Amino acid sequence: MKREKERALTEMDYSKYDFHYDTKDYEVILEKGLNEKTVREISRIKNEPEWMTETRVKAFKHFIQRPMPTWGADLSEINFDEITYYMAPRKNAEDNWEDVPEYVKKTFDRLGIPEAEKKFLGGVGAQFDSEVVYHKIREDLEKQGVVFLSMDDGLKQYPEIVRKYFGKIIPFNDNKFAALNTATWSGGSFVYIPKNTKVDIPLQAYFRINAEKMGQFERTLIIAEENSQVSYFEACTAPRYSSKSLHAAVVELVALPGAHIRYTTIQNWSNNIYNLVTKRAFAYKNASVEWLDCNFGSRVTQKYPSVYMLGEGSKAEVLSIALAGQGQHQDAGAKAVHVAPNTTSRITSKSISKDGGRTSYRGLVKVFKGAKNVKSSVRCDALLLDEHSRSDTYPYIEIDEPTATIAHEASVGKVGEDQIFYLTSRGLSEEQALTLVVLGFIQPFIKQLPMEYALEMNRLIEMEMEDSVG
Amino acid sequence: MDYFEVRDLHVAIEGKEILRGASLSVKQGEVHAIMGPNGSGKSTLAFVMLGHPKYAVTKGEVLLRGKNVLEMKPEERAKAGMFLSFQYPFEISGLKFSKFLFEAYKARFPQEKTNVIQFQKLLNEKISQLQMNEEFAKRELNVGFSGGEKKRSEILQMLVLKPELAILDETDSGLDIDSLKLVSSAVNHMRSPNFSAIVITHYNRILKHLQPDIVHVMVDGRIVESGSRELAEKIEEKGYAKLYNVAEAKS
Repeated sequence: MKREKERALTEMDYSKYDFHYDTKDYEVILEKGLNEKTVREISRIKNEPEWMTETRVKAFKHFIQRPMPTWGADLSEINFDEITYYMAPRKNAEDNWEDVPEYVKKTFDRLGIPEAEKKFLGGVGAQFDSEVVYHKIREDLEKQGVVFLSMDDGLKQYPEIVRKYFGKIIPFNDNKFAALNTATWSGGSFVYIPKNTKVDIPLQAYFRINAEKMGQFERTLIIAEENSQVSYFEACTAPRYSSKSLHAAVVELVALPGAHIRYTTIQNWSNNIYNLVTKRAFAYKNASVEWLDCNFGSRVTQKYPSVYMLGEGSKAEVLSIALAGQGQHQDAGAKAVHVAPNTTSRITSKSISKDGGRTSYRGLVKVFKGAKNVKSSVRCDALLLDEHSRSDTYPYIEIDEPTATIAHEASVGKVGEDQIFYLTSRGLSEEQALTLVVLGFIQPFIKQLPMEYALEMNRLIEMEMEDSVG
Repeated sequence: MDYFEVRDLHVAIEGKEILRGASLSVKQGEVHAIMGPNGSGKSTLAFVMLGHPKYAVTKGEVLLRGKNVLEMKPEERAKAGMFLSFQYPFEISGLKFSKFLFEAYKARFPQEKTNVIQFQKLLNEKISQLQMNEEFAKRELNVGFSGGEKKRSEILQMLVLKPELAILDETDSGLDIDSLKLVSSAVNHMRSPNFSAIVITHYNRILKHLQPDIVHVMVDGRIVESGSRELAEKIEEKGYAKLYNVAEAKS
């Protein structure tokens, strides 16, 4: 019985995502492995200003001397020499689907991207391995001065803005993978929202890893000027390969006074991806930043979206869910750093472990001296679907200010035989029953999503739960 | 062959035998009551009839129309028309009552192509039959329900899922007089040649409303006496201890 269950799991139906195209028509594929020459070559291909080339090289030097982090998930199987750091079907982003290479277009067609763009998006970016192949923003938004470009085009067209903020929120030496990203970055989004501009339809970026043993290192920078508002979505998928790929993104957000940024991630990587991402926001006076972070798939994820509340009255909200199945470790969480007074943060984490998978909540709440009247609440709930799955919490709290009000709640629940019996005795199959329990558990997250994404989430959960009953 | 039969059922949990040869036979259209002191095995019998995995059947049979129910999964038993009104229904947070019941309804009646709107209408009819608020359907399943709401919720599910054999496990416990009447009349409303019920209870008062055809007394994992309505009255008057030579219940 058990063996059958495991077999069913390894053959989980990822068919919607599980296809790929040959790389023979790619314009550029660099040799695998990383050295200073590769880093300079990436910069040369992109025809970058010198400061960026030098930033990359500096970051590369830091990367090679920085030891692998050992405090989190097991990363020992990553072989940096086996990874290809840059490969691109085309070097430049098109703004017309017709001009995108046929196989790339097919990929995004199958993932439903052009359809979603027509229906409910304000702008779309689509990245295929290293490069953004398509980028388009709605005309009315463009007329208001909203900028939504690939990061490469952002650097070309708005060099001063990029230079002002690039690496300022997440310095190259923040951690080993931020250094790697800074050295090898390619693609990602550059978003600029002018003062007092409210973008009420989402901008979406889609990241697709197509090739095997690939490293995807997109870099995203969002700047929301005073009293502006933006909602940004990113979705990630990859086909399954037996060899490992690496995704190490860096996302920097700047919410200037009164601005509001909501950043939503729906990640559904295949189980061969090491997903090691650094995400951080600076929130200035009365600004608010929300991270909605959904972690499905991948072999290992390490991701702790952070908000540094630098201005008085700023707010942070991080809502994250993670699901770990067989052979997976989701080490996810959040950081709320209160630098200014009267700042508030709320962290909600929901994790599900099944079939021997492991989830960890790792989070930090830090209150600096002088940041008076801070309020922070952390809630992490874990759900274990069976006896051999695992969940841990590593909450770090550093408070240097006596006026802070900090709440922390954690719970670990097991899906009980009784609950499942209750549902199956009403005619539901065990699989349906488990799915409903899991969907109920993450309902607080789903409620926050626009309908289209909520439906997609429900579908993902159903897919994850398929065949997970022995 | 009777419609539903329990034959010499022996059931153990964690090695301890709880049912020791329980037998029972229900004809179509009949309502039976099972009474008995605490710990006599009534709830165990209810769980085993629907297939709770915690209990191990060591001997005996449970037959529905001659078919061995013990070989069926709980959901197959439900689809075959069996229903258990739980004494303590379990909470499922985040799961909307109406969503859950719609899924159950589709499982019970797969041939009907009922859409959400039609189902909502049906559900609202049954909600008003039980004098409940339509907002109830939007609540999370059993989460924060009062004792009375939980019982009404179970009966509401029964009305919607239209079972052929309903087992009500102490549905009357903790209900006030008005709720008891409502619940009883809902069960009576279902009475037909195609509906049978087994009502587990401690009290005669629900039986006054339901008028069962047969009353059984369960003691120490066996049915020790079966009789007509008068048996329930006799028990109410004299108590189990005197009649069946059992110790007073501990709890």
